[in-house]
Amino acid sequence: MNARDLKRLATRAEAERGAAAAALRLPELAASAGLLDVAVATVPSPVGDLFLAITPRGLARVAFASEDRDEVLAELAERLSPRILSAAEAADEVRRELDEYFEGRRARFEVPVDRTLIRGIAREVLGATARIPFGRTSTYGEIAGRIGRPRAARAVGNALGSNPIPIVIPCHRVLRAGGHLGGYGGGVERKQVLLTLEGIAPSV
Amino acid sequence: MNRATVFRFLLVAVGPTDADDVFQETFLAALRAYPRVRELDKLDRWVLKIASRKAIDHHRGSGRRPLPTDHVPERIGAGEPEPADEALWAAVRALPPRQRVAVVHRHVLDRGYDEIAELMGGSLETARANVYQGTKRLRELMA
Repeated sequence: MNARDLKRLATRAEAERGAAAAALRLPELAASAGLLDVAVATVPSPVGDLFLAITPRGLARVAFASEDRDEVLAELAERLSPRILSAAEAADEVRRELDEYFEGRRARFEVPVDRTLIRGIAREVLGATARIPFGRTSTYGEIAGRIGRPRAARAVGNALGSNPIPIVIPCHRVLRAGGHLGGYGGGVERKQVLLTLEGIAPSV
Repeated sequence: MNRATVFRFLLVAVGPTDADDVFQETFLAALRAYPRVRELDKLDRWVLKIASRKAIDHHRGSGRRPLPTDHVPERIGAGEPEPADEALWAAVRALPPRQRVAVVHRHVLDRGYDEIAELMGGSLETARANVYQGTKRLRELMA
């Protein structure tokens, strides 16, 4: 007997396949044992793959492909719970609403949202942002005024940049004064695509 | 977290038929204990440690004495096992649980003795002895 022979009993390829199959069963078992705090899934979209994190309270995070996946996971583990599992079906409802939105058939999202990752002034800023309807825009200054801090436009910009649930909380609808595009956490190209989709053509 | 490594360990440590179930038990136990774990960089080793314990418990708890005469379970995704593999499987199943687990860590996952000691919760000497005895026994059975 050669020690190498033992490796043949379980090749890497077999292990990969077996683990992938076994991992599909795990979320349901974990959920029924009350051990699943955060379900994550990746869904495709016109602005690239979206990485979603969903807790029993609702959608907690939408990350663009430009964000480092490991950093996002580390943030979820640190601030929500380290009990994170990849579970595609947990994202079904969010995926459906996102698909409808990108197909122009949905103007507002109805999935429950978990705001745990939103802190401080961002709570007010994103609360006001969530009320901007589809196809309409606002400015950093207007949002600052709406939350009763008219001179805090810069803080508003920062809070929007830290939006953990972009698209669903539509921070892309907040522009600089004069209709200029302004910044975007996911990159201005994505902001442009989202605004165009909503029939808005801001100057760059 | 490299789940394939854990699965590979279990494929040989408990066999293809039970690998999936013990995999689930391992990760459920890991999720249960998660809030206490803060060293994320050591996660791989920690889950493998749980898997080692589950593999040993599996053989003990099920009251099964692994016998060389057990039927050879179907291999996942593979066709008929080679006759040579069948004999090797029989030999692996004949090992006492701790020796079997130690041998798999050493010869399938290429882990060092210090790590095997940590994974199995024993001394370096015990780890060496388990690997040595297990390997020797396999060689005898295969001779």
